[in-house]
Amino acid sequence: MFAATELNNGNRRTQTLIKVLLLTMTLLLIVPVLIILTMLIVKGGPVLSFEFLFSDPKDEMTAGGIFPALMGTVWLVSVALLASVPLGVAAAIYLSEYAGDNWFTRTINLAIINLAGVPSIVHALFGVGAFVLFFKFGTSILAASLTLAVMTLPVVIVATRESLQAVPQAFREACWNMGATRWQTIRRVVLPNSISGILTGVILEVSRTAGETAPIMFTGAVIFMPFLPEGVGDQTMAMSLHLYAMATQVPLPEHATNLPYGVALVLIGMVLAMNAVSIGFRVWLRGKKKW
Amino acid sequence: MVDAQHIPAVAPDAKVAVRDLTVRYGNHVALKDVSLEIREHEIFGIIGPANSGKTSFLRALNRMDTFTTGMSVEGTVEFSGHDIRTIKNLYALRKRIGVVFPLPVGLPLSIYDNVALSPRLRGVRKRADLDVIVERCLRRAALWDEVKDRLKSLGSLLSGGQQQRLTIARALSQEPDLLLLDEFSIAVDPVTTMRIEDVLKELKKEVTIVLVTNLVQQARRLADRTAFFLMSECVEIAETEAFFDGRVKDPRSVDYVEGRFG
Repeated sequence: MFAATELNNGNRRTQTLIKVLLLTMTLLLIVPVLIILTMLIVKGGPVLSFEFLFSDPKDEMTAGGIFPALMGTVWLVSVALLASVPLGVAAAIYLSEYAGDNWFTRTINLAIINLAGVPSIVHALFGVGAFVLFFKFGTSILAASLTLAVMTLPVVIVATRESLQAVPQAFREACWNMGATRWQTIRRVVLPNSISGILTGVILEVSRTAGETAPIMFTGAVIFMPFLPEGVGDQTMAMSLHLYAMATQVPLPEHATNLPYGVALVLIGMVLAMNAVSIGFRVWLRGKKKW
Repeated sequence: MVDAQHIPAVAPDAKVAVRDLTVRYGNHVALKDVSLEIREHEIFGIIGPANSGKTSFLRALNRMDTFTTGMSVEGTVEFSGHDIRTIKNLYALRKRIGVVFPLPVGLPLSIYDNVALSPRLRGVRKRADLDVIVERCLRRAALWDEVKDRLKSLGSLLSGGQQQRLTIARALSQEPDLLLLDEFSIAVDPVTTMRIEDVLKELKKEVTIVLVTNLVQQARRLADRTAFFLMSECVEIAETEAFFDGRVKDPRSVDYVEGRFG
C-alpha cells in the first residue's frame, strides 16, 4: 500500500534536484563577499597601523597615512546628516501622520521613489548645478554634503515612515479619543516608540553616505590636500575618493601596491561597523519591544 | 421648514440627544436614521449582532469621523445641549468623552504614565497632583491594589483584564461626563468582568455611560435602558427589563434577546 511507485520516485528525484540547485545559487551569492573580504584582509591587513590611520599621505600618496581622508569623510557625513535627518524625518512624519491618501501624497511618494532611483553621478551633476554654481557654495564640504544629503533623503524618509507605521494605529486612536491633538499623540506615543527604528535608518544612511564617490568628486572632495578642512567652506579629501585616486591614477611603486587595499579595508570597516551598530540597535529594540 | 411636531422634545435630563443619525463609510451605510436620548447618570445599553452599527454610533458621538477617511455623518447629535457638529474645539469634546475599546489598548508607557497622560495633556504638571489623580483613577477601576508596587512597569505588559481596567482608569483620568464602553469584556475573563461591572455601577453616580455589548445578560445586569440595533437600524429602545418580560413592541427584539438569531 505504501510501496513507492515510479511516479513517487520521480517526484522525489525532482525535489532533491531543485533543492540542490537552489542551495548552489545561494552559495554562489556569498562567494563574492567572501573573496572581497579575504582579499582586503590579506592584502590590506599588513598596511594597517596607528601611523597609517593618523598621519598625512606622503610622496604623492605612495606612502604615509590617510588621516585627512578619514577626517574629510567624517566632515562630509556629519554635515550631510545635519541636512538630511531633520528634513527627512519631518517629511516622513508629515507623510505618515498628517497627509491623507490623495493625489498630492501619491505624487510625493512617487517623487521619493524616483529620487532613490536616480544614479549617483546624476546627483553629482545636480549638486554641481544647484549647490556649487547656483547657490555659489563653490566646491566645498557644504556643497558635497548637501549633494549627499539629497541622494540619501529617500533612505531616511522611507526608514522613518516605516518605523512610524509600525506603531499600531490603536495607540493613536486611543490618544485621539482622549482629546490629544495629532502632535501630542506623535510626541508622547508615536515618536518614543519609533525613535530606535528611525535611528537605525539614520545609521544605514551614514554607511551609504560614507561610501559614495561620484556625488562628491565634482562638488567638494579633492584628491590631495595637505591640510585638514577647517569649515564647511573648505574642500576636503575623502576616503572613497582617496581609494578611487589610488586605484586608478597614481602609478604605484612596488612598495605601495597594497596601500589601496588598506584604504578599502578601513572604508569597509567603517561601513560594517555602522551596520553592526544598526543591527545591534534592532536586536536591542526587539528586546524591549513594548507591545 | 421643519415640522416641529415630528421632533421629539429633548428631555431636560438628556445628556446626549441624537436625531436622524446616519453614518456612512464611503457608500456603505453603517447606521441609518437613529434617534435616541441618553439621560444623565444612566447606563444606556446598546445590544445587537455584529455589523449592526453599534460601534459606528459610538464613533459618531466623539466625532471620530474627522480622523477616519471615508466616514461621513448626517443628522444631529447634541451633547449637553451643544450640537457637536458646531463645536470647533473637538479636542475639548473628546476630553469630556472617555472611550474603552473592545481590545484593551495599554499604551506603551508605564502604568503611571498611561493614567497621567490625559491630566498632563490638560496641563497638570505637579507630581503631587498627578499622584493623587493616578491613585484615584486606578482605585476606581479596581486595579490599584494589583499594580501599586509597580507603577513604573509597562502598561502594555499587563494581562488582558488588567489592561482593560487600565484603559478604564485612563478614561476616568479624563474626568469625562460620558463614558463609552465598546464591548469591553471581550478580552476579559468572567471574574474581572464582574469586578468591572461593579465598578460601572458605582461610576454611574458620576458619569453617564453608554455600554455597547453583545452579551444580552450584561445589558440586563447593568443597563437602565437599552437600545436594540439590527442591520444599521435602531429597532427598539426600552427599559432594559422590558426586553425580558415581553413588553417590547418589535418581535425581532424578543427573538434576539431569547437567542433565536444573532
